[in-house]
Amino acid sequence: MTYSAGAAGSSWDWSAVWDFMPRFWDGVLVTLQVLALGSLISFSLGLVWALGLRAPSRLVRWPVTAVTEFIRTTPLLVQLFFLFFVLPEWGVKFSALTTGVLAIGLHYSTYTAQVYRAGIDAVPKGQWEAATALSLPVHRTWLAVILPQAVRRIVPALGNYVISMLKDTPLLAGISVLELLQQSRLEGASTFQYTEPLTVVGIAFILIAYPASLLVRALERRLAR
Amino acid sequence: MTAGLWQHWVLPGIWITVQLTVYSAALAAAVAFGIGMARTHRSRFVRFLAGFYTEVFRGTSALVLMFWLFFVLPPLVGWQLVPMWAAVLALGLSYGAYGAEIVRGALNAVAPAQREAGIALSLTPWQRMRLVLLPQAVPEMLPPFCNLLVELLKGTALVSLLGVGDVSFAAYLVRLATQDSAQIYSATLVVYFVLAFGITRGMKALERRTKANLGVTVK
Repeated sequence: MTYSAGAAGSSWDWSAVWDFMPRFWDGVLVTLQVLALGSLISFSLGLVWALGLRAPSRLVRWPVTAVTEFIRTTPLLVQLFFLFFVLPEWGVKFSALTTGVLAIGLHYSTYTAQVYRAGIDAVPKGQWEAATALSLPVHRTWLAVILPQAVRRIVPALGNYVISMLKDTPLLAGISVLELLQQSRLEGASTFQYTEPLTVVGIAFILIAYPASLLVRALERRLAR
Repeated sequence: MTAGLWQHWVLPGIWITVQLTVYSAALAAAVAFGIGMARTHRSRFVRFLAGFYTEVFRGTSALVLMFWLFFVLPPLVGWQLVPMWAAVLALGLSYGAYGAEIVRGALNAVAPAQREAGIALSLTPWQRMRLVLLPQAVPEMLPPFCNLLVELLKGTALVSLLGVGDVSFAAYLVRLATQDSAQIYSATLVVYFVLAFGITRGMKALERRTKANLGVTVK
């Protein structure tokens, strides 16, 4: 079933869309898998960086600042290739998917570190002083006073980075991970129809990212109160 | 790594990366100001269109957009974009959408009394924008623009997947030629880091300059 859709004689083929669906869903699954594992790594590693950035000793603060700045200001794609090609040379063999998850998690951990830091810094100084005045122990100060207030700023910001991470998962196609973009390229290569698969994938990203960003905004408003 | 590889692949690659960054940044700036100002427009319809643009281009992935412009657009419209310009278009349009949010935020952050004073002086909307709002909003935009510009620089690496000969693509070729990945990829990362450092420094200087015009000193 084909019909002419454009002045230039181009056509949109719905049957190509249906044929793409099995691959599409496989791609969605891999993309979401990368997103979930990448988020997990970036959230936890970011916390480690953030603690390092707040460490009392300059010997810790300095290297952590340098490393996170370096990772944050260099392209994820090049880091991906670095890990993909260099790790095997060092004798560490990971699958493309694992490498991709590690790279994306590492890259975004430098962003989440800033989120944690900003969230903790935004808690008014008086709160720390009050906790000291009440002679609360350290863990009570963190768990009962500082973190509940910091979380309001941290959670929506982390949500925004998860959305950015989603939009960066197609980079993993560069190392042939079978996520959405790579699935559409394979489909195009086998049927010579790139239009339908690529369009479907592009729209799929909007359909996931837009509601997600509305959700984050709603969360932001709710937690701000 | 031999000098020949540097001279024939890596250095021209760095130059392509710089060019890509400059052209895409110019397009993104035009889009950001156009769409950002449209989002503060009086007419609801104009605001809706601008908002729609931002959500679509912020919603999709820059790399998917790039592939789409390169593979899907040609059969639809009947002409082919040179990879370099498909890349500039994709980067400019998507980072422009992010920039539009910055422009909108900075315009909304100007004290409302400033706009009212403009109306009281019976300035036209365009005069108000040009003479009152923008001079105060632009210095506020510069720090987020700086971050965005570094993101854009990082985004230019995506073009290597389309076969544009930027520094990441050069790294790939050098890797094939020398069979030594660690060296060339470390060097490439350092190149990006240095470029990003230059951008940060330049934008900081620009911020100091524009704020000095308003009589504000930056630390």
